[in-house]
Amino acid sequence: MTHEVIMAGFGGQGVMSIGQLLTHAGMEVGLNVSWYPSYGPEMRGGTAFCHVIVSDEFIGSPLVTSPTDLIIMNRPSLDKFEQTAASGASVFVNSSLIDREVKRDDIKAYYIPANDIANRLGNVRVANMVMFGAFLACTGIAPVDVVELCFKEMLGPSKAHMIDVNRKALREGMKLVDK
Amino acid sequence: MAQKVLIKGNEAIGEAAIMAGCRHFFGYPITPQNEVAEYISKRMPEAGGCFLQAESELAAINMVYGAAGAGARVMTSSSSPGISLMQEGISYIAASELPCLIVNVMRGGPGLGGIQPSQADYFQATKGGGHGDYRLVVLAPSTIQEMIDLIVEGFDIADQYRNPVMILADGMLGQMMEPVVLEPKKRIERQLPAKDWATTGCDGSRPRNVINSLFMIPEQLEQRNLILIDKYKRIEQNEVQYQSIDIEGSDVVLVAYGTMARIARTVAKKAKELGISVGILRPITLWPFPYDAVAAIGDMPNVKAVFSIEMSAGQMVEDIKLGINGKKPVYFYGRTGGMIPSPNEILDYICDVLEVR
Repeated sequence: MTHEVIMAGFGGQGVMSIGQLLTHAGMEVGLNVSWYPSYGPEMRGGTAFCHVIVSDEFIGSPLVTSPTDLIIMNRPSLDKFEQTAASGASVFVNSSLIDREVKRDDIKAYYIPANDIANRLGNVRVANMVMFGAFLACTGIAPVDVVELCFKEMLGPSKAHMIDVNRKALREGMKLVDK
Repeated sequence: MAQKVLIKGNEAIGEAAIMAGCRHFFGYPITPQNEVAEYISKRMPEAGGCFLQAESELAAINMVYGAAGAGARVMTSSSSPGISLMQEGISYIAASELPCLIVNVMRGGPGLGGIQPSQADYFQATKGGGHGDYRLVVLAPSTIQEMIDLIVEGFDIADQYRNPVMILADGMLGQMMEPVVLEPKKRIERQLPAKDWATTGCDGSRPRNVINSLFMIPEQLEQRNLILIDKYKRIEQNEVQYQSIDIEGSDVVLVAYGTMARIARTVAKKAKELGISVGILRPITLWPFPYDAVAAIGDMPNVKAVFSIEMSAGQMVEDIKLGINGKKPVYFYGRTGGMIPSPNEILDYICDVLEVR
């Protein structure tokens, strides 16, 4: 089992955070993991992205060149990464902000109105967690209680008030794919 | 077993230094290694040490020179252009036989270059960089765990031989995160000599210690050089480290270090699916270079070709050719400027050379 994931969006949409969350959760369930961020000019105002590999095998290159999963938060990221996806890849598209569908017919698209759901929950900043919930439900990489423990730890005491809304967002995202 | 934590390479460098007993850090910001100083600026005061952001790389390396001369466990960290600025100081430190740790998280060059990962400072690190006949011990980790181990060991090597040690990493190793156990795996017991040469203040109780690299009389300077040369020979005999992976019986051998050694592992896995068996030789010490291990590949009848894969225009390949000494064809594949070769393009090149498809 190997998931090679690219998460991408505008700076501030929380793609680095959900990347770290997946990495952390993968580590907790005993898998090999790596996380590699974009740290160049793209994160200074364009498309920020990170590469996450979760595998039961040794991880050689931490670079993801043909992702098995894409979590796409904005239109420029879809334009940038759609063609890189491996055949059969799962693509999670933030349909609240992205006004087009996936063009390729050899990849499976999930349209998640992440910003709309996050707004309904009262905080647009948890849109990333809605997307991550959908991804988690689809891949089953880690149990939801492990993921919740991880983001509790990542948020820390200073952001403890954010735990509840993140948990709700994660569960809403999971529900969307269950349907 | 101790608990695994998720940590960024740059932060692991900082924590490993604290773990190794380093209590003095001098540096100047540069991407992609800024988290080293950021992390240490927080941790060093907690550990009772000194973190100082200098006004330039020149100042930073000379602060390292001073602290090392006073006997402190001291380090600096920078990236390619910053390391270039430090070369004069590094030569002085080597000439004065002072122990310290220098971290280079390499980025694309030449010039100001870019900020993406590169291995184009191999020549600079292993063949001098600064002026004069001196050597750095150059250690090249390929995982964050190994980075921790080598930083701890690097400080010990520096103290044992009174020589600067360089950790040669790259932007990918600095920026990536992976799980580590925050303790060195194995600590080789080394007899570390007392720093009785340090300028600690003698109050007239002993002859003054003098740290100096200026010798105007050629006979004296040559004597100094002979002492250094003798030391470098001992290091070459005792400190070579490398890892061999599946070399016995392989069709081709990839030689790669650091990030490229990780990519080589992925190449080997993909090659196996095509029926090509790929062995990997991973130098851990770039100086002293594992020439004997490379030479041994030259005598393996099954090996058809040796490949150096690098994020450079071809630097380590020169040492590989010296080691192979004409006994096998040596090929090179590299990308530059912050481009990271993908496993597939390397595999394509290997297939082209072997004429298999």
